[in-house]
Amino acid sequence: MAGKTLFDKVWDAHVVHQIEGGPDVLYIDRHLIHEVTSPQAFAGLEKRGLKVFRPQNTVATPDHNVPTINQHLAIKDELSRFQVNKLTENCEKHGITLYGLGHPYQGIVHVIGPQLGITQPGMTIVCGDSHTSTHGAFGAVAFGIGTSEVEMVLASQCIMQPKPKRMRINVEGELKEGVTAKDIILYIISKITASGGTGYFIEYAGSAIRSLSMEGRMTICNMSIECGARGGLIAPDKTTFEYIRDREFAPKGDDFDKAVEKWRTLKTDEDAVFDKELTYDTADIEPMITYGTNPGMGTNISGNIPSESDIEASNLVTYKKALKYMGFEPGQQLEGIPVDYVFVGSCTNGRIEDLRAVAEFVKGKKKADNITAWIVPGSRQVEQQAWEEGIADILEEAGFKLRQPGCSACLAMNDDKIPAGKLAVSTSNRNFEGRQGPGSRTMLASPLTAAAVAVTGKIIDPRKLL
Amino acid sequence: MAIAKFVTIESTAVPLPIENVDTDQIIPARFLKATTRDGFGDNLFRDWRYDKEGNPIPDFVLNQNVYSGEILVAGKNFGSGSSREHAAWAIHDYGFKVVVSSFFADIFKNNALNNGLLPVQVSEGFLSKLFKAIEEYPATKIKVDLVNQEITLLPTGDKEQFDINSYKKECLLNGYDDIDYLLNLKDKIEEFEKSRA
Repeated sequence: MAGKTLFDKVWDAHVVHQIEGGPDVLYIDRHLIHEVTSPQAFAGLEKRGLKVFRPQNTVATPDHNVPTINQHLAIKDELSRFQVNKLTENCEKHGITLYGLGHPYQGIVHVIGPQLGITQPGMTIVCGDSHTSTHGAFGAVAFGIGTSEVEMVLASQCIMQPKPKRMRINVEGELKEGVTAKDIILYIISKITASGGTGYFIEYAGSAIRSLSMEGRMTICNMSIECGARGGLIAPDKTTFEYIRDREFAPKGDDFDKAVEKWRTLKTDEDAVFDKELTYDTADIEPMITYGTNPGMGTNISGNIPSESDIEASNLVTYKKALKYMGFEPGQQLEGIPVDYVFVGSCTNGRIEDLRAVAEFVKGKKKADNITAWIVPGSRQVEQQAWEEGIADILEEAGFKLRQPGCSACLAMNDDKIPAGKLAVSTSNRNFEGRQGPGSRTMLASPLTAAAVAVTGKIIDPRKLL
Repeated sequence: MAIAKFVTIESTAVPLPIENVDTDQIIPARFLKATTRDGFGDNLFRDWRYDKEGNPIPDFVLNQNVYSGEILVAGKNFGSGSSREHAAWAIHDYGFKVVVSSFFADIFKNNALNNGLLPVQVSEGFLSKLFKAIEEYPATKIKVDLVNQEITLLPTGDKEQFDINSYKKECLLNGYDDIDYLLNLKDKIEEFEKSRA
């Protein structure tokens, strides 16, 4: 019998029941909830007269719809305030741990899970948010779910899921200067398209992936959904164990050592077979940026927007529609395009290493006059660390201001909306039409590139300023 | 708790020949502040359907009176991006019971099925036929028969089989709900928990 993939090992260990001709019933170790996709699930539960089955396995925090300034004041927008209060009410009623606004652990749900040691190898983790795949960086099977499924987990700690197929993506070689985890994942998505991963769960492997920090690995796994994959994961190793050690909810002492012994077994067997396998060479990966309206429309920042002749016939309609929306020409040079906004933040790139990269770059430089910049830490802990490390001061000296944690302009549910027609370079994960505010235009890039754009006011290859 | 049973549908259809329709287009984030499941249909495809002042954009298909019906026919990779179930609620609330495409995003597909909205995946060729037929004659009727897993272009009789797992099919036909199923598994779930302790 062929060996098993890491994904199969974790998935199979959580199957409570197999429905013939149907989905698997999968046990969920950790359930993360936030204010936007949970209220209807609690309402459904109450309509059935049910209690939360395992409240200790669910953790809540408000992130999608919170302001990123003046968090100590009551939320101004009435609907948002009601939604955030509803989360508090539901958690109190059902005995669920909540890190509310003002709590030192509050933050974007996918930033706080790893940071607090809630996320651990071998777990199944779900959340009503498609970027739950972030937690896969620890060798967990983590994926986003809808609200009906949130209700299933609250009611039974289980979910019904058809098992995805397996894909492995290997990235081999040493990263070139100025190339980051964000560039790797934007490169991969540009190669396999925004739908190339649909139906699959991806394992990322290879020397370039191994060389990344946990935060870089999280950036990679985070954007798995942007190629349509159900999730992405990376086998845990020494980097993983050292990251988890001593975190608040991580096992301690002997328990930690025992856990590491178990976690070491979480890797794909050599003779395991994948439904699809792809390999990329870091020699081909440059700093990337997107030019269109889905994350698959990305290219080298130092190059040009593809011409019509570069686009496959079946993608031509999408390509033309996207360029029209973005106001770009086929074949246009990317460098030099003037930019209005820079957004650094989100569950993709709102962690301390991202803020460090920006601070290191802008130190001694000044924000360009034409740029409005929003720098939003992923959590209260990241925010605090940024102040302690002097990052916030460096940013202020360069003309930037650190805001308060939340999803912010990544999805523009709160007041952080890019105005119609304005062009933003964002470290977030989606460049869909109007994603960052109605009529807004988004180009996705790494924190390093975003910093370079912020000080020059236009699209520029960050390596020119290193 | 039962959801409405899915019965065979014969209806005209609304064509949306756009690919990679993401859930941000189906229902933009600023409309996700509601805490109930109702009323999302009003903002379905909001920014394609209305201009900044809230006036209908005449070119958009939902604003064209010639097109109506319970079936939405859309380009490939429908429902990509955000996991927001509000997208499925909005489509269903607007009055659609079936979405036809050549390819659906995984999370959207689950969300649709959990709300009695049937995603019907057809071949690229059949999808083109549907678009062509509807464009040429908007009153074209399409039949979606879940029992036989068959979609038929009624005027010509062109048909194609579609896949659905047998569990979900039973659920839709009988109005069963996953949570009832899971609650019946409680003993097995507790046994599983004990086995890992």
